[in-house]
Amino acid sequence: MSAHRPDRDRREQALRVALPIIVLVLGLAIWELAVRLANIPPYVLPAPGRIAQTLVADWSLLAHSLLVTLATTFEGFVLAAAGGVGLAILFSQSRLIEYSLYPYAVILQVTPVVAIAPLLLIYLPQHLAVLACAWIVAFFPVLANTTLGLNSVDRNLADLFALYGASRGETLWRLKLPSALPYMLGGLRIAGGLSLIGAVVAEIAAGSAGAGSGLAYRIAESGYRLNIPRMFAALLLLSVAGIVIFYLLSLLNYLALRRWHESALTPEK
Amino acid sequence: MAAISSTPLVALRNVGKTFPNGVAALAGLDLAVQPGEFVALLGPSGCGKSTALRIIAGLSEPTSGQVEWSPANGIQQQNRIGFVFQEPTLMPWASVFNNIALPLKLKGMLPAKTAERVEAVLERVGLRQFGGAFPRELSGGMRMRVSIARALVTEPQLLLLDEPFGALDEITRFKLNDDLLRMWQALRTTVVFVTHSVFESVYLSSRVVVMAARPGRVFREVAVDAPYPREESFRTSAEYAGFCRQASQTLAQAMAAGGQA
Repeated sequence: MSAHRPDRDRREQALRVALPIIVLVLGLAIWELAVRLANIPPYVLPAPGRIAQTLVADWSLLAHSLLVTLATTFEGFVLAAAGGVGLAILFSQSRLIEYSLYPYAVILQVTPVVAIAPLLLIYLPQHLAVLACAWIVAFFPVLANTTLGLNSVDRNLADLFALYGASRGETLWRLKLPSALPYMLGGLRIAGGLSLIGAVVAEIAAGSAGAGSGLAYRIAESGYRLNIPRMFAALLLLSVAGIVIFYLLSLLNYLALRRWHESALTPEK
Repeated sequence: MAAISSTPLVALRNVGKTFPNGVAALAGLDLAVQPGEFVALLGPSGCGKSTALRIIAGLSEPTSGQVEWSPANGIQQQNRIGFVFQEPTLMPWASVFNNIALPLKLKGMLPAKTAERVEAVLERVGLRQFGGAFPRELSGGMRMRVSIARALVTEPQLLLLDEPFGALDEITRFKLNDDLLRMWQALRTTVVFVTHSVFESVYLSSRVVVMAARPGRVFREVAVDAPYPREESFRTSAEYAGFCRQASQTLAQAMAAGGQA
């Protein structure tokens, strides 16, 4: 019985990789066939092959836009991480500041960023407005999760620090922040995807103003020109960017926690 | 009442503790701990023995009465105490070495001196080659050893243990009891050990303080006049069985008294 287990595990592992790929290939094949058989023109629905051709043909344009969007996303993400963690630490050190500011953090979070973006574009230069949108959607999960983590310190460990006369700073650095780390990383993983969404929303909102050159701007612009294959190609790049961001942050999470946190442990070999 | 031969290291005088919700955890508690002795606090759950320990450690303030240290001047309370919690209470993100080094780092000890002290205490608890391991890689008994090592690393005058071996299996528990006795004798420190096990309290201590509940107070003491070092032979002796019977009976009386109060 137990001798069969490694075999079964390996088969399961292989299936987990193979099945989504099979679904993808099948889906693309059906799409390609349907477009060809029904003779659908590319400005209505381009076939996957056509999208791939466009991706290659327009690569220099699209790659530039991708870099612009990624740069904004990255800046927004870094600011959101710093802002979220910073505010959470500030809140944990002072009740008064927490009571004063937390409601506004919630308001920023619950107001749809699509609705804020046009206003921001009026008051801020476009680059800053896009950045602000990325920040607004991404900072809250970092703030909320880090706050939860800072409040989830083991009470006996807190007693131990008190017993040995640890200062507030030492308690924060040696106890609270490490305790909060898994929560913080969970917040960052959400924030990575959200800052991409924030950047895209702002670019779309700015689209008609025409000054941008990010991927979302490319999508809006291609839409006006009925360049549907390019819209798909840009969309594909956005998805890939989102996936890469997610996996990079998951990797960071794993590297930081693998030695000690339950969430990052692999089953015993 | 046992004859008091010298000035106690620490004494609780008429200590009371009422929690904000109105529950009286302790009332009129008197307890004097002599330098170098091994005292066990034995009682049913809810008799306030952990609260008493936390008050000695300064983790909780009594609502009435005093805690007296001797000599009263000089050394700060926190520099005198090592505390072992019910759970190992280790930082999961830090190696065994860094967990044990924590109290020294918080005192600002230099790294070289810290390392020396940590190595020495690791040796003492029998975990010399485990400094680099993480808590989750250790067994329950080994984690408790790390916890004891951390409490000992500051070379405290008073070691407080709050039901430290309650969650361990009996074999591990016996082993740790023996090791604890050996360390206590080698270090000539003072120990207050909270437990709800009659057998453990008698095996370890020279004095079992039996507590009654509602409100928590000292009911009666049982002196365990058996010489140290105590080893496996003591555990199976008629003498040991006699003390256990005596402590059990006292505990039963304390529980009956606690029920009415």
